[in-house]
Amino acid sequence: MNAPIDTIPEHDVVLTTRARLARNLSDQPFLNRASDLQCAHVVRTTQRVMLDVPITDQMVWMDLDELTPLDRSLLVERHLISQNHAESSLHRGVAISGNEQLSIMVNEEDHLRIQVLKSGARLQEAYQELMRVDTILEQHLDFAFHDQWGYLAVCPTNVGTGIRFSVMVHLPALRIANELGKVRRAAKELHLAVRGYYGEGSESTGNIYQVSNQVTLGRSEEDLLEEFATRIIPGLIDYERSAREVLVRSNATLLDDRVHRADSVLRSARLLKLDEAMKLLSRVRLGAALGRLDVPLEAIDQLFVQVQPAHLSQEAGTTLTESDVQSLRASLVRETLSA
Amino acid sequence: MKCDLCDKPAVVHEVSINNGVKKEVHLCLEHAQAAGLSIPGQQPINQLLKKFVVGQASAPEAKRCERCGSTFSQIRQTNLIGCPDCYTTFHEPISSLIEQAQFGSTAHVGRVPNQLHTPTQVELRTRKLLKELDAAVTAEQYERAADLRDRLDKLSTELPNDEHSSGDAS
Repeated sequence: MNAPIDTIPEHDVVLTTRARLARNLSDQPFLNRASDLQCAHVVRTTQRVMLDVPITDQMVWMDLDELTPLDRSLLVERHLISQNHAESSLHRGVAISGNEQLSIMVNEEDHLRIQVLKSGARLQEAYQELMRVDTILEQHLDFAFHDQWGYLAVCPTNVGTGIRFSVMVHLPALRIANELGKVRRAAKELHLAVRGYYGEGSESTGNIYQVSNQVTLGRSEEDLLEEFATRIIPGLIDYERSAREVLVRSNATLLDDRVHRADSVLRSARLLKLDEAMKLLSRVRLGAALGRLDVPLEAIDQLFVQVQPAHLSQEAGTTLTESDVQSLRASLVRETLSA
Repeated sequence: MKCDLCDKPAVVHEVSINNGVKKEVHLCLEHAQAAGLSIPGQQPINQLLKKFVVGQASAPEAKRCERCGSTFSQIRQTNLIGCPDCYTTFHEPISSLIEQAQFGSTAHVGRVPNQLHTPTQVELRTRKLLKELDAAVTAEQYERAADLRDRLDKLSTELPNDEHSSGDAS
């Protein structure tokens, strides 16, 4: 394969890696039974620790109830908070590191959701960073823990380690080869969840999927990591790569036609709907990953985020009409691809 | 359904139709007794109602978590636990919820908070090995089972030197 030089591991298939922990304070009820005062207490207690203790350089705290809906949407589009966290009516907040690789959501579903995000397939790195942060936090916060069930969570699906590894993968060739059904069946057997670009409850867009472990109990963090990082994700990457090779071998003209058409439309369109942009960017990304188009993968990955509505509104500095959004999206894509 | 006269659950329901007008009465045990509801024989019906209420009380629904007030019925409906104490209060029913959610897993293996005594880690490792041993025996992998037994033996002898904390071994 003739992929452009790219130092991000397995970047041709993997966009980002995420590892997260669910943690709850032992002396407070969980959020579904907590009063406003108790929710505020959780925020105060954890906020103080996150701002006072040197977890990482430049930790920024944001009270979500004080942010505008637009700002909250921006955080969702960057995967720094979840949609539920943005929409919740509880007193809640988030601490984000300067490099945006660490975010600690307070009062999402659990008192704390600590997550580390990395580009490409970097499960080991994300895991180590996550454990480092957890070790620091638990020196200052008393997390609910049960001898039999480990770390306690609001939902039984998160008890035990409370750890969830999640990898965002781009699977256009498997989609073209109609093999995604097989992927889903295999994932089900391995107790993995397959979700869309925006996580829980979302459909795939741009052939991007999030694959994550569902079991958090009965297996150690290292065990889950090892299986995920050395078997499941490499297996999935190989599967997609083989499908790409078959595509190149058996139907290179059709592939090039799709890839270059998408590229041309993106370079010339004056109005772009979100779905269309994601679909065409997915094709361009496939072409770039196979070395058939000279576009850096990183630029495309950034576009996947920047073409989202809140990012465009922020760019414009004002609330936009749908046609303004489409126009701004088209010009942003044109400029980026011509750069 | 609530009692017409208070907030307690209604346990006695009476529907009557007078001149084509339907009238419904729903009462809790106390108000039904006070109203002397028209069921023949005061004593038997009281006993019957008592049994009914006792039947309700013995179900997990009636029990409340002392700390957060959750009942198991609320937990089951939402699949959300109320507080850390619920896990102890409703140990048995939550155990089956967890087993379902975790595809059969019932015990934690892995990281423990650093405030806890380190022997818990050994306990957890032992538990993990025991689980693997169980699986190996079930699968008739006797060589693996022997190996696991050796590791378990080794773990129990190495226990005092294996951990770096000086926490007591309670």
